[in-house]
Amino acid sequence: MVKKFTEKFYLVFMFVLLYMPIAVLIMSSFNASEKNKAVWGGFTLSAYKALIKDEIIMSALYTTFLLAGGAALIATVLGTLLCIGMMNMGKLFKSTMIGIAQIPLLNSDIVTGISLMLLFTRFTDLSFGTMLVAHVTYIIPYVVLSVYPKIMQLNVSIYEAALDLGASPLFAMRKVIIPDIMPGILTGFMLAFTMSLDDFSVTYFTKAPGINTMSTMINAEYRKGIQTEIYALSTIIFIVVLIVLFIINRRSEKAFRIENERV
Amino acid sequence: MAKKLIDLVGITKSYGDRVIIDDMNLFMNENRFLTLLGPSGCGKTTTLRIIGGFESPDKGKVIFDGKDITDTAPNERPLNTVFQKYALFTHMNIEENIAFGLKIKKKSKSYISDKVKYALKLVNLSGYEKRMPDSLSGGQQQRIAIARAIVNEPKVLLLDEPLGALDLKLRQDMQYELIRLKNELGITFIYVTHDQEEALTMSDTIVVMNKGYIQQIGTPEDIYNEPQNAFVADFIGESNIIGATMVEDRLVEILGTRFKCVDEGFGNNKPVDVVVRPEDIVLTEPDYGIIKGRVMSAIFKGVHYEMEVLANGFEWLVHSTVLKEPGTEVGIFVDPFNIQIMNKPESEDEEVLVEE
Amino acid sequence: MKKIGSKILTGPYIIWMIIFTVIPLGLIVYYAFTNSGGAFTLDNVVSIADTVNAKPLWLSFKMSFEITVICFLLSFPLAIILSKYSKNKNSIIVMAFILPMWMNFMLRTLAWRLILLNNGFLNRAFEIFGLNSVYLMNTKAAVILGTAYDYFPFMLLPIYNAVAKIDEDVISAARDLGASGVVVIRRIIFPLAMPGIISGITMVFVPSMSEFVIADMLGGGKVYMIGNAIEQAFNSGYADIHLGSGLSLSLMGLIVISMLIYKFFDKGEEGHGIW
Repeated sequence: MVKKFTEKFYLVFMFVLLYMPIAVLIMSSFNASEKNKAVWGGFTLSAYKALIKDEIIMSALYTTFLLAGGAALIATVLGTLLCIGMMNMGKLFKSTMIGIAQIPLLNSDIVTGISLMLLFTRFTDLSFGTMLVAHVTYIIPYVVLSVYPKIMQLNVSIYEAALDLGASPLFAMRKVIIPDIMPGILTGFMLAFTMSLDDFSVTYFTKAPGINTMSTMINAEYRKGIQTEIYALSTIIFIVVLIVLFIINRRSEKAFRIENERV
Repeated sequence: MAKKLIDLVGITKSYGDRVIIDDMNLFMNENRFLTLLGPSGCGKTTTLRIIGGFESPDKGKVIFDGKDITDTAPNERPLNTVFQKYALFTHMNIEENIAFGLKIKKKSKSYISDKVKYALKLVNLSGYEKRMPDSLSGGQQQRIAIARAIVNEPKVLLLDEPLGALDLKLRQDMQYELIRLKNELGITFIYVTHDQEEALTMSDTIVVMNKGYIQQIGTPEDIYNEPQNAFVADFIGESNIIGATMVEDRLVEILGTRFKCVDEGFGNNKPVDVVVRPEDIVLTEPDYGIIKGRVMSAIFKGVHYEMEVLANGFEWLVHSTVLKEPGTEVGIFVDPFNIQIMNKPESEDEEVLVEE
Repeated sequence: MKKIGSKILTGPYIIWMIIFTVIPLGLIVYYAFTNSGGAFTLDNVVSIADTVNAKPLWLSFKMSFEITVICFLLSFPLAIILSKYSKNKNSIIVMAFILPMWMNFMLRTLAWRLILLNNGFLNRAFEIFGLNSVYLMNTKAAVILGTAYDYFPFMLLPIYNAVAKIDEDVISAARDLGASGVVVIRRIIFPLAMPGIISGITMVFVPSMSEFVIADMLGGGKVYMIGNAIEQAFNSGYADIHLGSGLSLSLMGLIVISMLIYKFFDKGEEGHGIW
């Protein structure tokens, strides 16, 4: 009984601790008080109206999603191709590849960012393109490490069965292999997308002047004194995340229930 | 009279609105091999987990050796469990696994090492002290799980389908091994299984369960030869279960034909269920049986032939070492002693109350 | 037999990784060991031992250690409790604890600014309860707090996954053999969750070591970590990419060494008895 209570208490405690900063952001977005957000100055939606018109924030938002979407897509294609290609490779090759894939993981972001900056500044100019390349490099490992286990679990016989039934290798690949490793590919994509969205260091060192992602924009803005629009933005992000996770959760719960009923 | 060791009094357990066990009363005697037998979802594992302390009943009491242990934590109960999938500690070697319980009881080093050696010898795995669980086969892992439990000298060993994950041959070997162990240790085994053959082979007492109710309690012979209801008859071995009418004592009308039997006390012209085991049916020349029929199919099963005989509109399942080709006209004869009469259950869930 | 896929498929990835991972690392090494004239020198790498750089390095190391310990102490019990809840498939609860991770990392850091500022939310709350104000902004404590908060999910998730994977029967078996709750945690859950704990510690320690923007936002220039030193070497008015590369290389070396030492100790512990 006491134990149960302690556990519940700890859960609530951690929950409050984790959500307190987010609650503070949301509260600040509705707070009319301009100077100190910790003092309530009345309810207002002006921050939200200003947000829509704020070109700096909107263009940063656009860049962030374009960058994350594009980089995650390229990384997913490259990483998945690698994993499929690795299937019939020797052990040494596989472990070398997985080793290389882990370099950017173990390397801190700052070193990844700096090393790419050195490369770019030596051979070309910094641009959206270099940012994209940098992000792909930074997030590829997450794709590889998500897809690779699925490839290893793959039942080779289903591919052979497809060939046996008259499918061409390409057709078998498309209709049999890819669907089978799809969960891994999706996880890899989502993870890569998230890491790109959240990144600061890599972008910071490789970004072209005048182009900002949300992270670098905030970093530049807070020095000038934060505008309430950014708090409004965080409220919107939080709500979107909440909805997306809720949908994912509902779907996986449904899948779980179906599986359970079959047992 | 053997001593009562565990007494379950009015145990009720449900998950959400699903009732798993409903008002169950059961006692277990000292030094018995008692098996809880039933299909999956019948409540047998939940019963075992309640005895082990891993679940607490919504209602009812668990009495152990005269003491109420309903609210006692599993680590304070004088009994040990062998889990279905072994549940060995993969990060410890065999010796550490077996010594786990003894170390918690702060036994001396020499005592522990003697005990570990003894337990390993008992399960025929001497010399495996330093091996890791992962390096052992399924059968060996299960022996270690048993050794780990019995080394603590529990008064009762609970076994939750311990042989379920093993293949057939190994399972049969382990059955004999378990009987030997039980006799050497002289403690009570409570065994959970859905495998009727396993239950019949090993047990002193079988408790047949279905849908949270006890269907029948008895020795293997009782359960097999005199099932109390259609569920038990159907679950234990193969059988012909036919609706019939008890005309009077010792006379039953099955599918329009009167058969002699040995049962009394069911009343006159009462509807009943009749069980006839396939191996108790004798196929004769057409005119020498009680009823006539025709062989519909015959399959060779190794020890015997399994035949289906259509007679009086019912397909009788027959086991015999003598083959009658499909299409043959035959007579069906059943010894009155082999006709088992059962009351019709009033509902599917009906509990049959029979004392051990 | 026809083989699945072909080696050609690995080509794009390999080319990509050579150009954008291997060569850039080579560049860092090249710059680290040369001076502005292109001649070989050890100065840049050795300069990590200068007080100017050694101090922030040591500070980073100490703070990362503290951050890692805080994250571990908070997430290990939470992982155990959560794993109990998810057994009944209450995965929404687990989700709830991971969710803050999807808020942009800069926004989360910004939130801590709002809380910790001298006239921020924390002190407002203290005021209401009649407590004295605390001035945490621009201190080490603020940076540690903010970083620990940012990286907390990276500790929680792998440990939770490892704990949730532990067979419930194994825990029941330990209870059955007489282990109390504490013994179960120490002798069963902790060692079995080790792989998750290792990756959790790695995933918090490594990025904390090279952190510079949190130190900037919550430390206000008063907390100068090795990440800040490296950033300064590249981005300030007197930028020196040779020095910056040298420091980066040293930082990489230090991280690799600490990981090796940590793995070594970790193995050593596995070796002898668990009692």
